[in-house]
Amino acid sequence: MATYKSVAVPACPKLGERITQDTVYWRGYKTPVQIKEFGAINKIDFSPVPPYNYAVTASSRIHIYGRYSQEPIKTFSRFKDAAYCATYRDDGNLLVAGSEEGSIRLFDISGKAPLRQFDGHSKAVHVVGFLSDKYRIFSGGDDYSSNLWDIPSATEIVSYSEHTDYVRCGCASKVNADVFITGSYDHTVKLFDARTKHSVMTIEHGQPVESVLLFPSGGLLVSAGGRYVKVWDVLKGGQLLVSLKNHHKTVTCLCLNSSGQRLLSGSLDRHVKIYSTTSYKVVHSFNYATSILSLALSPEDETIVVGMTNGVLNIKHRKPEERKEDSEKKRRPAYRTHVKGRTYMPKQEDFCVSKPVKRVLRKYDKLLKSFQSSKALDAVLEPPIRLYTPEVTVAVMQELHRRGTLRSALAGRDEKQINLLLTFVARRVIEPRFTPVLVTVADMITDIYQPVVGQSAVVDRQFLRLQEAIGKEIDYQEELLEVLGMMDTLFATFTKKRDTDLDTNKSNGVTETIETNTNN
Amino acid sequence: QLYSSSLDGSIKLWDFMDGIPIKTFTVGHELLALYALAGSEDSVFVVIPKSGERDTFQLVSVKLIKAAGQDLEAKELSVILDGVDASPKSIAFGREGEYVAAVKKGDLQVYFFKQKQLNRFSVSAVKAKSGNNHFTCIACHPKEDCIATGHADGKIRLWRNFYHKKEYTFSTLHWHHDTVMDIAFSVEGDSLLSGGVESVLVLWHNESDCQKDFLPRLGSAIEYISMSPDGALCCTLHTDNRITIVNSNLRFSKSIQGLIKSVDVKTGLVVDPRTKALVLNGEPGHLQFYSLQSDQQLFSLDIVQRQYIHQAGLNQIDLVKVAFSAQGKWLATVEEREEESDPELQLKLWFYDEETQSFKLNTRINMPHEDHITDMCFRDVDGLEDDSLILVTAGRDCVFKVWVMVEDTDPEAQQSVSWSCDFVGSYHNYQATNCCFSEDGSLLAVSFEETVTVWDSVTWDLKCTFCHPPGKIRNICFGRLTCSKYLIGTTDYGFLCCWNLLSCALEWSAHLNILVLQPDPLSEYIAAVSWLSKESSLFVFKPNEPRPIYIQRNLCKEKIQFAAFVPRDEPETISAEKYLWLRRSQLFFLTDMQELMTLSTKSLEERLTPASKQLAVEESLPVTPFSLLLGKHRRQQSQEDIDLGKLVAHNRHGQESPAVRELLHTPAHVLPSASFLCPIFINSLLISKENKSAEEVADEVEMESERTEDSDEERDVSEMEQEDTNPMELLGETICKLSKSQEKELRKIRKMDYSWIAAF
Repeated sequence: MATYKSVAVPACPKLGERITQDTVYWRGYKTPVQIKEFGAINKIDFSPVPPYNYAVTASSRIHIYGRYSQEPIKTFSRFKDAAYCATYRDDGNLLVAGSEEGSIRLFDISGKAPLRQFDGHSKAVHVVGFLSDKYRIFSGGDDYSSNLWDIPSATEIVSYSEHTDYVRCGCASKVNADVFITGSYDHTVKLFDARTKHSVMTIEHGQPVESVLLFPSGGLLVSAGGRYVKVWDVLKGGQLLVSLKNHHKTVTCLCLNSSGQRLLSGSLDRHVKIYSTTSYKVVHSFNYATSILSLALSPEDETIVVGMTNGVLNIKHRKPEERKEDSEKKRRPAYRTHVKGRTYMPKQEDFCVSKPVKRVLRKYDKLLKSFQSSKALDAVLEPPIRLYTPEVTVAVMQELHRRGTLRSALAGRDEKQINLLLTFVARRVIEPRFTPVLVTVADMITDIYQPVVGQSAVVDRQFLRLQEAIGKEIDYQEELLEVLGMMDTLFATFTKKRDTDLDTNKSNGVTETIETNTNN
Repeated sequence: QLYSSSLDGSIKLWDFMDGIPIKTFTVGHELLALYALAGSEDSVFVVIPKSGERDTFQLVSVKLIKAAGQDLEAKELSVILDGVDASPKSIAFGREGEYVAAVKKGDLQVYFFKQKQLNRFSVSAVKAKSGNNHFTCIACHPKEDCIATGHADGKIRLWRNFYHKKEYTFSTLHWHHDTVMDIAFSVEGDSLLSGGVESVLVLWHNESDCQKDFLPRLGSAIEYISMSPDGALCCTLHTDNRITIVNSNLRFSKSIQGLIKSVDVKTGLVVDPRTKALVLNGEPGHLQFYSLQSDQQLFSLDIVQRQYIHQAGLNQIDLVKVAFSAQGKWLATVEEREEESDPELQLKLWFYDEETQSFKLNTRINMPHEDHITDMCFRDVDGLEDDSLILVTAGRDCVFKVWVMVEDTDPEAQQSVSWSCDFVGSYHNYQATNCCFSEDGSLLAVSFEETVTVWDSVTWDLKCTFCHPPGKIRNICFGRLTCSKYLIGTTDYGFLCCWNLLSCALEWSAHLNILVLQPDPLSEYIAAVSWLSKESSLFVFKPNEPRPIYIQRNLCKEKIQFAAFVPRDEPETISAEKYLWLRRSQLFFLTDMQELMTLSTKSLEERLTPASKQLAVEESLPVTPFSLLLGKHRRQQSQEDIDLGKLVAHNRHGQESPAVRELLHTPAHVLPSASFLCPIFINSLLISKENKSAEEVADEVEMESERTEDSDEERDVSEMEQEDTNPMELLGETICKLSKSQEKELRKIRKMDYSWIAAF
């Protein structure tokens, strides 16, 4: 004898993006905080020591922000013209920045005036950075040269003039204190060793290089320029490992997350893409309002800070992890009594009486089992089910329709209930997975309550809303069909005409229902 | 003692313990229903059609003469009630046979035997709004004067005080929303059982409306209810060919079922490659796997997984198409709900799980086509890898779709493969009606109304088209093995066409109205069933020659809906030239009356042996190790005979007695002495003569040994092998022939331990 089968709620696969661990991880940020700066933000750098302040370079100022502060906690503004590339030293005590006038300034975090000033570049210095021995600074300027400076004496150690265009990006190796790389608009990335007179390696990127990055291991080099992000194996003599083309505008900034497992790239196309460094596939992407110039991730990925061309600083903080300790504590004793005797093994002489497993049915299932259609419909129109799991509501409606009792379940309702029903229908009828059922429901409601139209302003308004929703959907579908037609003609002209291929319209079983119901 | 009546006008008295008919009474009319009363043993009541008038029936009592002979004439008829209904449910006898009550349409007649008084009551006055309130069934209280009647509007009326024509009273019980199919009183009469279309058994206590118990979801509509005489059990007979036994406290205890009769077999006959079972619609929304060898339902797979509402006139989801992949690893099912505006369609793909030994749902596709799916097939390629499995569905929405397995690269996904659409093909916006793959899987044939299109299954290019206008294509199939270059098609204009795929030309055609076209998967033969002037005929042919190799005209009177070739476990040796095509597999048909038939290879004379009698004898034997050994062979044969109904015959040719064969294979130390066995063995080697006249009751025991008895001596011997197994159970006349020593010997054998035999 069969048992009662509960209503099957069809699980609709989510179209589009799949939920992976990455999406869960990268979605775990709060709504962003936006701070307006004076000009385009060309560099954001996090202090490597707690409390992880970050330096934002925009226009002629360098602002230092605290982790949660909306206002800068410190400002360096001793620049006549634009400042560039304010970068922390490893210990977080010193900050170096280039400038439009060609001088490089070194600041103490606690002081205000520059400790040192390095002059030697004849044009703007867009990139500066500390080598990993903490006592030297590398820089790249618009005078095509890449220089190395000594901090104590504030003198130039060596100057390389190998680039043939502006040097706009660079990076120091964390493994070797003598090695740094610079990327230039002459489409090359050059690797320099401070111990030699010339560059050690030249990598041809193919586009003006906007950003370079060395992996913590020092073995891999990432360069961004044009629409491409390219990964090179330095140890193999600069062999191209992979070329990523996921942006549709110039990629401006690169960044690794704290674990080194993910690579982030920001672009003028307003997207930040996150790649896995093992498969080099895009695992997630963020959308921003305007073109992105700079990007930084705090240690432990606590904060993502993105700087835009219009001077807006966008800061996202990670949500604190939820804790459920309280509820667990409450449950514990009950669980213990529940478990009591569960491990008891029956002896041979024991007579076993099997206890039938009690099936727990949902409320609507219980009502459907006893053929109480109206009450079952009421049960699924309760706010939690109606709002959060509309598929259950629709599944029960379908089941009632299957049983032929939908009409009687819908009939005989008062103004408030009709209002509720119509709100639900008008809101959900345009969802493709609910459309077939809800169109029937809408039909029936209009049939049943046609005589009382005009008696209640609330219900009338809902009917008008339903009509509006359906009308909009029809317009939308028509537009879509037009687009489809246009695309078909385009494809037809592109593909070679073959008389056997009469129809190659791949529709993955998920076909969009075209709304034809206009009688509402 | 058991009486049975049949439409040929005879009443038979049976010894139901042994299954032996004792007497036969010839009445001479069609007997539609039979009632026997405990009080009057010499007469029974039967319902016969009234002579001269159609559709009117009368209840008559038949006096059964006590005479010695076996065949008796019973001509003493006396009419009791006129104008009764033909259904056996519509007449009931009251307390101790004092009165008889019969219902027909809106009338209730009660006839009192003692007073010879007839009272008529009618319910036409109380015409309800809900339609007709005609009587459907009747039951009489065993202790009190009370009649319960069931009505078509779902009410049960309890009639009392019906001695008076005017002052009768009745009370109404109402729970059923549809026709009450049958009602029955409990033995004590304190409760009443009723059942109907809802497939709920309702137990009414104390004849009151408020105290009732239910046993819901019994599977299908309840047709008959009957109580056991001790009141402990109750059994219900259902419309789907099933008997359910229910305890007195309304607990389900057992169900007896064979082939489940579904409302409409839409899936056709499909053979499960794994179990060789026939697969077809079973319970609503279920797929039944029916073993032909054991006449058992192997299992029932719930495809739809929704609650079925037993209510007339509801459009519910039903299973319409089934396809198995070559090894039975994948099962594809299509379910749909018939609806005028937008049909609800689902394509489900099931994977056979070796661990649980059942099919597990892998992929569910909502609305695979925008209209009904007309045909579906897997690419059956044995040699290729599993990944290359392809499913093709043809739909009425003018396209056919190709579904392939896609491997999920994400390691976190629950299942590694799922199915998705790979290609959508159409041809001039015609409805796709059939699809079929060639044997090697390289070509796909899809028929679009009048045209058959042939597609390359790798590139999905249209290769060529065939048509035979006028007339739409009804069936298509590819030839196999040596005939793989042919494509066979039938049109609804009455043509069977064979196209050559190499020359792309029509090879031959025949003017035949073919309904069913079924290729044998193991040979090149193709069976075609035609429907011509109210009879079905079978043609078997090879595609390479237009002349059929076998024709069976007038196969049956009903339309044959589906056919299936079921592979035999081992090829049968068939001597007759014309049955050679049945060597590898057996052909089964399903008619539109849902009768399952098969074609036998033996001629008429060879299957005179009444299989049912043999089985009856068989079952009365106690189970001893030897009878198990002996019976194994017989049972296989006889059971097959019974299962497969009319057309099965015995394979008695050229084979030695199974008993002898068994004896030869049994170790010597457990056998009786050689002097016993010698005559048996020698006799078995003798060429037997056919002797069909000897059909006495005693001989039936020996019929299994498949030898004719010419002399007494021989008879003795053949009986002895039966005695080996069960000396006490033999019929009287043979026992006296045993000598004392023989008996002793046999007892010794019985005392021996036979447990080792179980090892066989």
